[in-house]
Amino acid sequence: MNLWRLPTIRIDAFAVWRRNIRVWKKLIGPAILMNFGEPILYLLGLGFGLGHFVGEMGGMPYLAFLASGIIASSAMTTATFEGMYSVYTRMDPQRTYEAMMATPLEVDDILAGEMIWCGTKSLFSGIAILAVASLLGVVDGWQALWVLPVVFLIGLCFAGMAMVMSAFATNYDFFNYYFVLAITPMFILSGVFYPVESLPALAQGAVQLLPLTHAVAMTRPLVAGGELTMPLLHIGVLLFYGALGFYTSVVLVRRRLLV
Amino acid sequence: MRNQHPTPEIGPVKDPETLVSARNLVKTFGSYRAVDDIDFDIPRGSCFGFLGPNGAGKTTTLKMLLGLSPQMSGSLLVYGLRIPDQARRVRARTGVVPQADNLDPDFTVMENLRTYATYFGLNPSAISDRLERLLRFAALEKRRDARTDTLSGGMKRRLIIARALINEPEMVVLDEPTTGLDPQARHIIWSRLNELKEQGTTLILTTHYMEEAERLCDELVIMDRGRILDQGSPVALIHRHVEPEVIELRGGKTKGHADAATRHGCRVEQLGSSLYCYTADSGSFIDELRKVQGLTFMHRPTGLEDVFLKLTGRDLRD
Repeated sequence: MNLWRLPTIRIDAFAVWRRNIRVWKKLIGPAILMNFGEPILYLLGLGFGLGHFVGEMGGMPYLAFLASGIIASSAMTTATFEGMYSVYTRMDPQRTYEAMMATPLEVDDILAGEMIWCGTKSLFSGIAILAVASLLGVVDGWQALWVLPVVFLIGLCFAGMAMVMSAFATNYDFFNYYFVLAITPMFILSGVFYPVESLPALAQGAVQLLPLTHAVAMTRPLVAGGELTMPLLHIGVLLFYGALGFYTSVVLVRRRLLV
Repeated sequence: MRNQHPTPEIGPVKDPETLVSARNLVKTFGSYRAVDDIDFDIPRGSCFGFLGPNGAGKTTTLKMLLGLSPQMSGSLLVYGLRIPDQARRVRARTGVVPQADNLDPDFTVMENLRTYATYFGLNPSAISDRLERLLRFAALEKRRDARTDTLSGGMKRRLIIARALINEPEMVVLDEPTTGLDPQARHIIWSRLNELKEQGTTLILTTHYMEEAERLCDELVIMDRGRILDQGSPVALIHRHVEPEVIELRGGKTKGHADAATRHGCRVEQLGSSLYCYTADSGSFIDELRKVQGLTFMHRPTGLEDVFLKLTGRDLRD
């Protein structure tokens, strides 16, 4: 059996997605609190607090700038947490994948279902932030709804990479590396809190390699208004990272579980 | 005695009454040969056992049948389908009871059954009668809404067995189904497995419990260090390998009796502080033992355990 063969995408993946959404529904209270609480804190705390001193940024009120960036970074962290802690829990200590693999489900189906579920959770977070942002009056118009499919895509992108980390992990502490070396730098450097143009020239080039930079470049104009430049490039980068992460994680999990 | 190896060119049997046919299966982990060139055929409707000490290769063999541990070499047909290429189709028709509990802790008893049904592409609402029947089979009607972490070990096992029947499988694969259970719980599991057998479901199980193998298995292989040492029905194996009776002497002063046992024609084996004297005619030796003051001995017909110990040796396995 060839561990490197390309994953097969089947409708079976939705059985895994449905399992996860059923669990999510049981814990809907804390889930919704998390979806709304976090962005409200960021937007009110930083948006009004810091915004008071900053005034405008990138040609828009700081609150609008922040909201349109946070929607991307929240999609990232939501999918990353789910793709690491939850996926690892189901794969290793909880043995949920072992139970699934005794049925017709294959590693390909399980990880595809997990990835779509991560995107779905990112979408929930995006809906919550968009709702809060529009109540605060910083959403430019109905075209902002286009950000929702983008947020789903951002979730897929980061889920793929997070699942690669899960496939390597032997314990939860391992994820600290990825957070400190990848997620936190992106959170700070990719234009969520200030325009990437304010970075030194060399760093500006480097952040173009980071998927979150391209995610923010999509969500900002869609939510806060302004010209959407090079959307195909941004979508392409997100798709590239997502596909590479998915393929790599499938190969690694096959190697880990099919022994 | 080894199994008869057919020449490799003939390949596995395609008889419809043969559910599983394995030839020259090998699985290595580095230099360790977990499964070392084994052959076996499992007929439909029987209970087939893999008996062996820890590390014999039993679990690896079961995982191979399901395509979950791809073999290094050798050929494997299940329902006439080639493994691992067509493992998905095989698993769709098979039930699996794993060694470790892997019930979904995020769900209740009934939710576990319903969710598992969806993994087979079944709509749980459309098979609600079947799910109720399985809940009764597991004797868990009263615990339908309980979280699985509140169940006892025996209840969890019963639920896992019920879960393995959700797709109405032709064959159920059980990896040490009663390990870690108390005697009452084990008897309930055995009666459920016998029910399944009576309904014509093929059972394949691994165990290191002789009693379990003798009660359930029509045919079994004894495995050790990745190889099959012998195959047959429990009675046939006992008949083939050991004398009909054994006298077991326990306690510190058994050594002195070894010579006497040999003189009476017994085959003698020492295990720990016990002396086992195997014989076809125990009469004269027993008469002699009865005369010894304060000696504890037990006279019983030989069983699978004696065969097992003879074939796999008496050294400790970890």
